[in-house]
Amino acid sequence: MNENLHLWLIPLLPFAGFLLNGLLGRRLPKAVVTSVALLAPLASLLLVLNAYRLAFNSSSLPHVETFGNWINVGALHVDFSFVLDQLSLVMLLVITGVGFLIHIYSVGYMHEEEGYWRYFAYLNLFLFFMTVLVLAGNALLMFVGWEGVGLASYLLIGFWFQKTVAADAGKKAFIVNRIGDFGFLIGLFFLLALFGTLTFSELAEKIAANPAMTGGVLTTISICLLIGATGKSAQLPLYVWLPDAMEGPTPVSALIHAATMVTAGVYMIARTHFIFDRSPFALGAVALVGAATALFAATIGLVQTDIKRVLAYSTVSQLGYMFLGCGVAAYSAAIFHLMTHAFFKALLFLAAGSVIHALGGEQDMRKMGGLRKKIPITFWTMTMGVFAISGFPFMSAFYSKDAILAAAFASGNLGKIVWFAGLVTAALTAFYMFRLWYLTFFGESRNHDAHAHESSWVMLGPLVILAILSVGGGWIGADHFGAFLAPSVGTHLEEAGGSLQYIMMTLAVGAGALGWFVAHRMYHRSQTADGLSSASPAGYRVLANKYYVDEIYGAAVVRPLLAFSKYLLEWVVDVVILGGAAWLMGGMATFGGAILQRWQSGNLRSYAAWLTLGAAVLLAFVLAPYVFNSGTVMFWAGH
Amino acid sequence: MNTVHVVQHEVPLAWYLLLSAVLFCLGIVGFLIKRNLITMFMSIELMLNAVNLSFVTFAHQWHQVRGQIFVFFVMMVAAAEAAVGLAIIIAVFRTRATLAVDRIDLMKL
Repeated sequence: MNENLHLWLIPLLPFAGFLLNGLLGRRLPKAVVTSVALLAPLASLLLVLNAYRLAFNSSSLPHVETFGNWINVGALHVDFSFVLDQLSLVMLLVITGVGFLIHIYSVGYMHEEEGYWRYFAYLNLFLFFMTVLVLAGNALLMFVGWEGVGLASYLLIGFWFQKTVAADAGKKAFIVNRIGDFGFLIGLFFLLALFGTLTFSELAEKIAANPAMTGGVLTTISICLLIGATGKSAQLPLYVWLPDAMEGPTPVSALIHAATMVTAGVYMIARTHFIFDRSPFALGAVALVGAATALFAATIGLVQTDIKRVLAYSTVSQLGYMFLGCGVAAYSAAIFHLMTHAFFKALLFLAAGSVIHALGGEQDMRKMGGLRKKIPITFWTMTMGVFAISGFPFMSAFYSKDAILAAAFASGNLGKIVWFAGLVTAALTAFYMFRLWYLTFFGESRNHDAHAHESSWVMLGPLVILAILSVGGGWIGADHFGAFLAPSVGTHLEEAGGSLQYIMMTLAVGAGALGWFVAHRMYHRSQTADGLSSASPAGYRVLANKYYVDEIYGAAVVRPLLAFSKYLLEWVVDVVILGGAAWLMGGMATFGGAILQRWQSGNLRSYAAWLTLGAAVLLAFVLAPYVFNSGTVMFWAGH
Repeated sequence: MNTVHVVQHEVPLAWYLLLSAVLFCLGIVGFLIKRNLITMFMSIELMLNAVNLSFVTFAHQWHQVRGQIFVFFVMMVAAAEAAVGLAIIIAVFRTRATLAVDRIDLMKL
């Protein structure tokens, strides 16, 4: 029953890989770096698979392993404890499974890179923090992983730090995430002040013991946590870092900025669902943020010409779906979509990486085209991904998206609104994905100097496996999946019931088909990528400029902040106050020195005279009380 | 047998101390006004011995051996100082060819 699974090994093996490659990788031969980098996640994956034995024996879950006390200050007790339950099992399988596949793919994708060892060290470091985040039994340990994946993300986005854009994108990701982390931290402080513990199970118990506790401070906490989640999971209004994060290597975009790290916000909401459940207002906020982000990002994705940016906005949009699911309390549907999304979006990114690789680094879809015959395996695997994300019947996203939409439709008036937003998003998603598909693989090649070649099997293998998962990843069905997750995230009435369910399904598929149809009409024959611009030039310009959000943030936040730093902090605080104080101190020392240096005459007799004078003064002090017998002098002499 | 009462005509304490003070002041004055390095050095020795004299005086007066021990310490230090100091003086003389302290002022700023 209480079998020791050595959960600590799951994060620590990748960490050992990080240390080995990070410290010695520069000197190690490439084969050693590769095997260290691959063995660590493989071992973690095997440990997770081993842990799955518990999953079918629900009495042994949640399985807690504590490795000692971390913080013990006053009323605050925090342990190093890992919790294995259905939720963390699913997440772990996605992280280590997809993570391992992407590690393999990276061996092929990054083989010519100078910083090969550095890349794999960072990738292993990411796995370490991500597994800590998922396994953490209390919110503080989760926060450690939360910050750690942010660090790994920063390091990997800025992997090509010689490029200014990449370095800037890394900084942007880190700084925008800080805003979210601030909200998360405030939420944690509230929790600690209110309940005196940060352990998830104790928090759940304490809230369950207080049925009357709704809204109010719980709403505040939920909103704080939501702010944290919007930062990490790239939701409105903090999504701006994710598209820029595409400056990192493509496998990184697949692993961190599509499959795993960006879903941490969804995971966090599902993990703390007992708080959100008590606050209808916060749940509504989650649903609205999710629906708005899904729609908003999908519209931007319509007109992007960089293949990775289309996928980036698609990721933001799909994360919006997951938030939408969380917002209607359909946590298991959200996690279900998280899982299928991890499969098909990792596949899409890796396939896009294979396309980019084939074209020697070309990312602009306007310069692609006609690749169907030249890179057939990439084409077919990507086709699976495109069909899956578009919600084609019996593909994975068909089940997960349907589960979310059905749950949304079934949950009140707000639910109807977000359901409609989700439905429109589904059509838009299908449109931009098929647009990408047609522009990349069909028609004539628009890039005549590129000699396209298929990637090696190191890269194609993971593509094929992920393609299979993208197709079949949803076959378990939302109901079974929900039942499996129920002990972790609670049960929820997700069945819209009977004929309504089929109507919903038909509508969702119809929306996808509509998107495909429009994309087919516009891009199948046409050789240009800007079919939309002629239809509505003004709208196109707004979308191509991403609603000018970066510009608005620049004018409203960044520039005032920089001006504030420059004029107030630099000139007033730094130059006047700090510089003035330093100048004053230095001046006093110089002045004092100029006076005191007169003593340093170099004349031995003057030293002798001062010495004698000093001795005489001392003697006078000592003797004065006896000579004068006066109270004042005695006081001065210290008696 | 009659006890022979030997009357000890001791020199009073104050005389010793007075002598010590006079010697000490002579040392100070010599130290201050003389320009020759060796003379200054001798003045220091004079001061040390003036102090030694008062130590011995008090030791005798209070029948305490500590004062006499202290004298030995001072003498030892003075001997060491003489060795080092004279060596320095010789070195100075070799390089500067003078022992007039007014002209030995290389440390002036």
